[in-house]
Order: sequence, then structure tokens, then C-alpha cells
Amino acid sequence: MRSDIRAHYDKHKHLLYSQIEDGLARFPMEHRNNIISARNVDKFYGAFQALYDVSLNVAKGERVVICGPSGSGKSTLIRCMNGLEFHNSGIITINGVEVNERSKQLPALRQDIGMVFQQFNLFPHLTILENLTIGPIRVRGVSKVEAEERARNYLERVHIPEQADKYPNQLSGGQQQRVAIARSLCMETQIMLFDEPTSALDPEMINEVLDVMIELADSGMTMVCVTHEMGFARKVADTMIFMEAGRIVETAPPNKFFTAPDSERCRLFLSQILAH
Amino acid sequence: MPKFLKRLHWLDILILVILAVFVAVIWVRIDGTLNYKWRWDRIPNYILRYSTKYETWVPNVLLQGFIATIRISIFASILALILGVILGIARCSTNLTVRMLARTYLEFLRNIPPIVVIFIFYFFLSEQLITALNIESWARGIARQENNAVWEFLFGDMRRFPSLVSGIIVLALFESAFVGEIVRAGIQSIPKGQHEAAKSIGMGRIDTLRYIVLPQALKKVTPPLANQFITLVKDSAIISLISVQELTFKTVELVASTRLIFEAWLTTAALYFVLCFSLSMLFRRLERKSDQR
Ligand SMILES: Nc1ncnc2c1ncn2[C@@H]1O[C@H](COP(=O)(O)OP(=O)(O)OP(=O)(O)O)[C@@H](O)[C@H]1O
Ligand SMILES: [Mg+2]
Repeated sequence: MRSDIRAHYDKHKHLLYSQIEDGLARFPMEHRNNIISARNVDKFYGAFQALYDVSLNVAKGERVVICGPSGSGKSTLIRCMNGLEFHNSGIITINGVEVNERSKQLPALRQDIGMVFQQFNLFPHLTILENLTIGPIRVRGVSKVEAEERARNYLERVHIPEQADKYPNQLSGGQQQRVAIARSLCMETQIMLFDEPTSALDPEMINEVLDVMIELADSGMTMVCVTHEMGFARKVADTMIFMEAGRIVETAPPNKFFTAPDSERCRLFLSQILAH
Repeated sequence: MPKFLKRLHWLDILILVILAVFVAVIWVRIDGTLNYKWRWDRIPNYILRYSTKYETWVPNVLLQGFIATIRISIFASILALILGVILGIARCSTNLTVRMLARTYLEFLRNIPPIVVIFIFYFFLSEQLITALNIESWARGIARQENNAVWEFLFGDMRRFPSLVSGIIVLALFESAFVGEIVRAGIQSIPKGQHEAAKSIGMGRIDTLRYIVLPQALKKVTPPLANQFITLVKDSAIISLISVQELTFKTVELVASTRLIFEAWLTTAALYFVLCFSLSMLFRRLERKSDQR
């Protein structure tokens, strides 16, 4: 195929996919076990381009850690994965279902993708228990009794079962972030997205959150994690990704990533961040 | 008291003296020039009077009007709150048409004198509504019934029900725009993160609004809403223009028939003041209490 035709095809192929059964895109076999797949994604905020031709696959059970300098588009990328932002071209699928603005399956999709924010974003007017049960009850249609049992179970897993009846502002930052993780887990999600979950925490609380995340990783959860905690990354990551200026610059398994990254920029970034 | 006096600056005293002179001048003018005869002793009778028929004390015009004002204020504020919440949500809607309609309604109320708005609402909406729903004959039916105590307690004399209802509707429509603005401000003050957190656990827009955003927003705007309620009580005087039998209307009638001009208006002013001032004290106390928690 001539290259310009090829480019045209690449640019518009998502239209072909989206025509198949209400946005349900079929993928070639080699992509089938990719739970998240992004291909040639561009994202604009007005005239500003935040993502350039980003492609990425995450297999079931894989743990991906994304790092990169501020403003490189890390948040934008993972927010596009659960439709908090919408990409402008390219294609993103979760379990083979396309994520886009017009998709009627978006709420259903989001039920399977947990998201943990830098600022926790707990619901301040609800108790911890209510924070955890509101999703299962209102979205999944679980009974109140069952939802509470599930919530207590997950609170146990994040090591704060005794805080169930308090309100979020009565908890420390580390505890709040663990509640936020439990809130996502209560939805029995298949995928967890983390956007700098420890950046807003006091140093002494970082480890309690990371420990929970490590346990989660050990349980086989698919995780995409934006973080600069390199110790954590070394411990859990299957794949490291380095982003800069809206592009994925380096993708490598951790031992190669930390010792011999291909890109000079990545090496520089790592030396700066590890020098701390 | 001496302690209080010691805290007064000479400027304060000057201001008080000027004020006293001012009041005295007015007093002299009313008393001397207008040759006005004060008849304060007749006022209590227009608040409570002894009914020889029932052999008990019954409220007379001023108290009747006062009670009607309270009734109207309560019902109108409930209705205004419901309409206001709907309007506030509409103002934040993602749908442009809905947003524009709500905005138009608000601007309409902001840029037309209240009296004109009241008449327009009265003739175009509430009159039509009352005729269409045949409320007139329905209310008369209830008025004729034997055990209509609950109705009478809630709405007073049922024969006046249609007028009361149109007063309530007009007042509620009028205030709803302002309640709507307060609610909108509340909704917009909820951080984006709350919406995102709700979205990311799969909640739809309506559930997010109902369980996450509105509860927080309404709690936040309770103080301004309470203030708006007091404003509504004061604004209720305006519906005397459409012959709703509330305090101001009753006072106008009383003055017309007895010429107790100054006594009646001063009493009415005092009644409004006591009502609104105690409400504002009450709200302030409640607010302080909820702050402590
Ligand atoms: N809502 C928005 N509107 C306009 N520009 C935005 C918006 N969100 C992000 N941007 C811009 O897009 C770029 C990428 O932002 P993003 O938040 O994805 O970076 P990041 O890698 O997560 O950075 P950080 O480490 O600071 O969180 C930045 O230049 C940012 O200014
Ligand atoms: Mg970010």
C-alpha cells in the first residue's frame, strides 16, 4: 500500500471498528488477551496537543508503571482509559469494547475499571462504609447487607476495619487513600488505574499505601500506575513506561529500564529522580 | 449600664442626639401639624377580640393576616425550594436548551420590577391554573364539609383557598429564581474530583447528582437558603396587590375602615420585624450548632 493511503487508513480505521456492533471493535487474535489497548491515540486540549500517537497494550494481570516529567501527559493517558477525558483520534479499547464519547457502554465499562486519584476524592458527606457501599448498591444493584459485608471485607484488606463509621475528614491522608483503593475494589474491578496515589501524602504515610498496592499487585490485579515511587515500581512492575511531552519514549521491563534504557532522556530523568 | 455608657464615644452621643431630635420633630409634626389623635388602645382589639358568639378570644384582622403570612411563607418556600432545586440543576445542565430556558427565566425575573412580575404570574399562570384545575368549586366543597379541621388548620378559611393558592404560587415562582441561583452556586462549588470519583465507580449523571453532588451542595447552601426564606417572608407583602388576605392586605383594609394609619402600620411593621428577626436569630443559632458538630 502507498504510504499516504496507509496513513489515511490508520487515521480512520477506528471508524471501521466502531461500525461493528455498537462500538464493539473486533481485534486481530494477537490483541485478544490485551485487557487495555490503545493505538495511535492523539489527545488535544483545545489547540494544545497532550498526547502524540500513543500506543500501549496491557495484558490481563500485567502491572504497568508510567513515569515521566510533569506535564508529559501521564494523567491524560490514564484518564483517557476510563473516559474521564476523550481522545481525539486513534482507538482505545477495554476488553475489546471501544472507549469513546458516544459510547452507551461507558458507565458499564467504568464499573470494571477502578481509579485512584492523587487527591483521594472520597465523598465527604458519607461515612467510610457508605463511601464503599454506594457504588455496589447504586450501580451494581447489590443488596445493602451484602454490600456492607463486602465493604468490611475490603476495609480489612486495606488494614483499617475499625474506621468504618467515621467520615473521611476524620482520617489521615494515608488512611483516606486506602479507603479510596477499597472503594474501587468494592466494585470488583478487573483493572485498577492509579494517578500518583502517594504524591499528596506526607512521607510517613506513603509506605502504608504502597504496601496495600503491592498486596494488590500480588493478588494478580491488572494495574496501570502513574508514580514516581521507583522502589515500588521495581518491586511490582512488569513493564515500565517513560513519557515525555505527550509521547511514550521508552517501554521496557524494569531491569532493562533501570539499568540500560535506550533513550537518553529517560536515563537523565531516572538519574534526577533517583538522586533524591 | 454605666459600663455601657462609658464605652460610648462623644461622636456616638452626637449621633444619638441627632436621631432623637429627628424623631421628636416628626413626632411634633404628626401630633401638632396634622392634628393626629393617637388611639393605641384600639389596636389590641384588632389583634385579638372577644367573640360573644363563641364566648372566647378569636384572632382579629391583624393576627389573621399575620397567620396567613406565616402560612403563605411556609408553603411558598417549600414550593420555591422544589422549583429552585430544579432550576439550579437546569442551570448546570449539559443540555444547552435546558440551560438557556433556565437562564431566560432568571433574567426575566431580574430585569422586570417585582410588582409587574407578580401581576404577570398572577394573570397568566396562577389564575389560569386555578380555573383549569377547578380549584374554586373544590375548595367551596371542602368549606361546606363538617370535619374540615385539618384543611382549615393548614390553609385557613377554605373559601379563600383559591386566592391563597394563587398567592403561594406567585410568590414561589418569584422566589424560585433566586433559590435556583443559590442552588446553582452550591452545585458548582462541588469540586470536579467528586464528579470524577462518582463517574469512575460507574455512576451515571443522575445518580451522581442525587447521591453525591446535591446532598453536599444543599448542605453548603443552607445558610443562604435560610436568608432567602426570610427575604421571602418580607416579599410576601407584595402579593397583597393581588388581594391575597395576608398581613399587609389586612392592614390596608384596617386603615381604610378605621383611619388608624400610624398605629396600624407601626403594629404591622413590628409583627414583620419580630417574625423575621426571630427567624434570623434561630437560623444563626442552628448554624452555629451545626458548625460545632
Ligand atoms: N483540562 C485541561 N485543559 C487544558 N490543558 C490541560 C488539561 N489537562 C491537562 N492539560 C495539559 O496537558 C498536559 C499534560 O497534562 P497531564 O496532567 O496529563 O500531565 P502529567 O504528566 O500528569 O503531569 P503531572 O506529573 O504534573 O501530573 C499539560 O501540559 C497540561 O497543562
Ligand atoms: Mg498528573
